[in-house]
Amino acid sequence: MGRYAIRRLLQAIPVLVGTTFLIFVIVYALPGDPIAALGGDRRLDPAYVAVLREQFHLNDPLLLRYWYYVRGVFSGDFGTTYRGVPVTQIFQGKFGVTFQLAMTALIMEAVIGLGLGLLAALRRGRWEDQAVLGFTLFLVSIPPLVMGFVLQLWLGVKLKLNTGLDIFPVAGNAEGLRSYLLPGFVLACTSIAYLTRLTRTSLVEVLRADYIRTAVAKGMSRRRVLGRHALRNSLIPLITYLGADLGSLMGGAVITETIFNLPGIGQQLFNSVYLRENTVVVGIVTVLVLVYILANLVVDMLYAVLDPRIRYE
Amino acid sequence: MSNEMTVAPPPQPAEAPQPAKPGKPASLWSDAWYDLRRNKVFIIGAVLVFLLVLMALFPSLFSHVDAYNPATCNLANARQGVTGAHWFGTDNQGCDTYSRVIYGARVSILVGILTAVITGVVGGGLGLVAGFYGRWVDILLSRVAEIFFAIPAILGALLILSVVGRDNSQKWGVWVVVMALALLAWPLVLRIMRASVISAKNQDYVVAARALGAGSGRIMMRHILPNAIAPVIVTSTLNLGVFISAEAGLSFLGVGIQAPTISWGLMIADARARFLSAPEMLLFPALLLSITVLAFVMLGDAVRDALDPKLR
Repeated sequence: MGRYAIRRLLQAIPVLVGTTFLIFVIVYALPGDPIAALGGDRRLDPAYVAVLREQFHLNDPLLLRYWYYVRGVFSGDFGTTYRGVPVTQIFQGKFGVTFQLAMTALIMEAVIGLGLGLLAALRRGRWEDQAVLGFTLFLVSIPPLVMGFVLQLWLGVKLKLNTGLDIFPVAGNAEGLRSYLLPGFVLACTSIAYLTRLTRTSLVEVLRADYIRTAVAKGMSRRRVLGRHALRNSLIPLITYLGADLGSLMGGAVITETIFNLPGIGQQLFNSVYLRENTVVVGIVTVLVLVYILANLVVDMLYAVLDPRIRYE
Repeated sequence: MSNEMTVAPPPQPAEAPQPAKPGKPASLWSDAWYDLRRNKVFIIGAVLVFLLVLMALFPSLFSHVDAYNPATCNLANARQGVTGAHWFGTDNQGCDTYSRVIYGARVSILVGILTAVITGVVGGGLGLVAGFYGRWVDILLSRVAEIFFAIPAILGALLILSVVGRDNSQKWGVWVVVMALALLAWPLVLRIMRASVISAKNQDYVVAARALGAGSGRIMMRHILPNAIAPVIVTSTLNLGVFISAEAGLSFLGVGIQAPTISWGLMIADARARFLSAPEMLLFPALLLSITVLAFVMLGDAVRDALDPKLR
């Protein structure tokens, strides 16, 4: 298993290199001169500009610059901004906020999605099933943009104004974990719907399997059949989905962060694009791709734990 | 194929004791069409989509106010709230929100359909090639797809659109958004098509066609494509809603569609600062946006149920 993990990590390198290079090319194609942007409206001293351009390798060809960057990243150095702040310092806090948001969303997704999917599968064809399927349709079709504002208005503002219950802060993350409940749910909506459906389909399929009939015929309790046989075997596609989703939740948080004014990585990227802070932009995407790759790797490793039939050599 | 889809089932005696499915050529497509016409979700979705497409093509059918004519706005009427003259209220510029919401359908529908078609054709075509030829073609295409797939979609689109710049976005209209979304979304279609082609490739009818001397091109187009395309159609229909939602999000962030083009995402962004005092400015474009996404998701759901009954 250790060797398999290493092989998978090695396979991930071309993806990481390709993705960062792609982003690198896009970012350096951004219109506007980053050094000139430092001076704002004022023109900078040409000698100063020349020194800075030299310092940030801006006169070197793109490939060489990319090489410098990759060399830095592999030794944990994401470079500095044109204003001289280490990029890793900018990451601090920002990634924490987005990670907390994405984890809140992931936990909600897992709890609500698995729960509803289980309910629908066990009550297949009855009104509970219909209701759950209708609810997922509703969740998928409301864009985060709409869901965010509507919940912010009703649960963030109106609830407090009308009943005095201060449960969900309107914006910002000053209230700690509580601040993440509403944005977390907004971020999770689409995923909750997908996971619910996936759970239902997966469980319905497993419940038809011969070994379930055997287990029931042996006289096992319903709870044991469900827990030991059905759930465990239907869990694999769900874990895959959850693992892959962590990356997309973190990368897709920008709209939610904007609505709820959370100082996370999406907002930082947005600002950095406008400030032409290329190193920050490339750095953010690099880390997000790393999260995506590692999450998928962890998922692959989990397979062997959940399903002993799967062996890695 | 399209002929088969519209073949009417042969006349049945009025109260036939449920002979499961009529129609002699019970191909996947005629079967699916038979299912679809009896599916309530499909009917509702199709009616909604029809209305929305009509709205996108001929907005003047739904509103006598031309939203693109600035003369119809009156700054003195800004944020008036819902009145008899302005059913959905007026916006910051005193323009009629109802007519703007109607005229905003065009951008959403265009972005959704164009992006779905482009990703379907590009991803589907490359997936067909990768799955059929295998070996290094597959390795190369799959690796390239993986690279694009690893980039977070909204952030990637945000970056691409920033590179293109607002001036170009204004000039090229929906195309910039369509290309940015398509560039990041095609790998998903490639994966689905590839898997589908690989399972179709080893079927007996392909072996038979090859034994009869059919060339690679003919086998791909005549035998594998029709049998492998169902999952791509399902994904593309479901993705349509995702693209519409993404367009609204990007326009909301200020990098997508640019004013004076009317987009629901832009309207929501305009409404944001005053959404406590004038919530109708935000709620109506949001409502139409949700209905549009819902319509395409319902359509996609129904198509999936019809083409892949196993998942029901």
